[in-house]
Amino acid sequence: MRGFLNKQAPYIFIAPTLILLTLFSIVPILVALVISFTDMDLSGLANFDSISFIGFTNYTEVLADPVFLKAIFNTLFYVIIGVPLVILLSLSIALLINLGTSRIFKAFRVVYYLPSVTNIVAVAVVWSYLYNPSLGLFNYLLNLVGLPDVPWLTEPTIAKLSLILLALWKSIGLNMIIFIAALQGIPKSYYEAAQLDGANLWQQVTKVTIPMLRFAIFFVSITTMIGWLQFFEEPFVMTEGGPLDGTLSVALFIYQNGFKFNNFGYAAAGSFVLFVCIIAITLVQLRMQKNESDMT
Amino acid sequence: MSSTIATKKGKVKERQGSLFQWISGIVLGIGGIFFLLPFFWMIMSSFKPENEIVQIPPTFWPDTFTLHNFKYLFQNMNFDVYLKNTLIIVLFSFVGLFLNAVAGFGFAKYEFKGRNALFVLVLATMMIPSQVTMIPVYLILNSLGLTNTMTGIVLPGLVGAFAIFLFRQFMSTIPTELLEATRLDGASEYRIFLQIVLPISKPIIAVQAILTFIAGWNSFLWPLIIANDESLYTLSVGLSLLKGQYAANFGLQMAGAAFMVAPVIVLFTYFQKHIIENFSISGMK
Repeated sequence: MRGFLNKQAPYIFIAPTLILLTLFSIVPILVALVISFTDMDLSGLANFDSISFIGFTNYTEVLADPVFLKAIFNTLFYVIIGVPLVILLSLSIALLINLGTSRIFKAFRVVYYLPSVTNIVAVAVVWSYLYNPSLGLFNYLLNLVGLPDVPWLTEPTIAKLSLILLALWKSIGLNMIIFIAALQGIPKSYYEAAQLDGANLWQQVTKVTIPMLRFAIFFVSITTMIGWLQFFEEPFVMTEGGPLDGTLSVALFIYQNGFKFNNFGYAAAGSFVLFVCIIAITLVQLRMQKNESDMT
Repeated sequence: MSSTIATKKGKVKERQGSLFQWISGIVLGIGGIFFLLPFFWMIMSSFKPENEIVQIPPTFWPDTFTLHNFKYLFQNMNFDVYLKNTLIIVLFSFVGLFLNAVAGFGFAKYEFKGRNALFVLVLATMMIPSQVTMIPVYLILNSLGLTNTMTGIVLPGLVGAFAIFLFRQFMSTIPTELLEATRLDGASEYRIFLQIVLPISKPIIAVQAILTFIAGWNSFLWPLIIANDESLYTLSVGLSLLKGQYAANFGLQMAGAAFMVAPVIVLFTYFQKHIIENFSISGMK
């Protein structure tokens, strides 16, 4: 028995995680695919016989649903404005911190990373208070310098921008750390060579640092893009998708249809549309990265 | 002659350098104030009595310090129950951490049939968005009778591909000869793992333990979906409930948020060096 257990050790080592991952990641994909072709709802949950296959109806309906289209528009809005800002800001902060010689710059790493580890619900609760039209700190500060109130969460477009601001605050830290790690991997001799050739700081950054960071930038843009396509907690806790579905994201649409309205089949179809979009965008980015590295 | 010009040039450069240091320090400082402002405001407001919260202009420092908000959370808002549930989830997520470590070791140090294919399968699960699995996992747990149970809340997020990947990366650097020597001494594979591999892997386990704690402490989505009873709510779910029920009582809300955020801030600030260095070692290679 002992010999057998010892021989099978590697399988026994990986078995528990593989079973859990299969049950909660692989199988669900198949289940989602199947139920996206059915009319499963709350009654189907109690009695499987009441579920019937309805072909592509969920997909055609969801793609014609004005709320879903609005959610797609909002999600693209988040991605197109948010992702470049995350990359630009986290890269700039990482560069400044990395060029800093004083010890205070080490403290900045912690300051900027702190929002990334804090609880999203707590953060959303705090920001809702900051954004509050009458009691919020932001409007008070604006009034102090003579500016009028901003309808932070009550005007659809500004509400989207407010959520982006919160998400930026929360996501810059992690990407900044990734950039700092990559910056520290660049050999000092490259900079010394550039200095010998008379390159100033700006030239060193643009001609040595940025090209050397190409992989890190690529990694951050792909992960950030995938993350922002799944934008969920911020609108869920702060606005519940409002005002007028102005902040509704695709992920929130899926959640609401699944767990608020119990239209499991419909929500699953929506989730597959999102999944396909994520895969397509990732593939396009991979292709772009490949072309770029072919050129150099 | 030429040497004095050179030193002059050097001094100009030095002065430019220190000017740059000052400017970037000031820019980062201003940004840092903006980054810390929400935390500062949260903590200050959590100690203010209700009448001071609605006061305009607001006070930056509380005029009257009160612990009433925190007391109210625990006496009337079931935050003691939420805290207990959250700690149970954290405890279970450490079991998950152990399973991840074991699997990482299995993938790192053994040759077996189907190893590479299985590892690719593990990595592939990282790409699946949670929105796709959300509904089917709920249905699966429902058919297993696990909705509205602690098991159902804990199981879906117990193991994670990224942690397995990091453990595998770290453990593949352990010399095979060391394991072989222990094996010759008659130790079983399980003993090798517990007595040799685990002690060597201390640095990665420490970092993963902190991240696991933070993730468990912050867990929101599964408790939200799976728990129907308030007796199973976690702090995050309880806090979002509080936001709905006590929408106008910001003092109470800030106290709830501060209670959730403070332990993580303390823990992270204390261990930040290790966490940040872990990214440099394992993150970008």
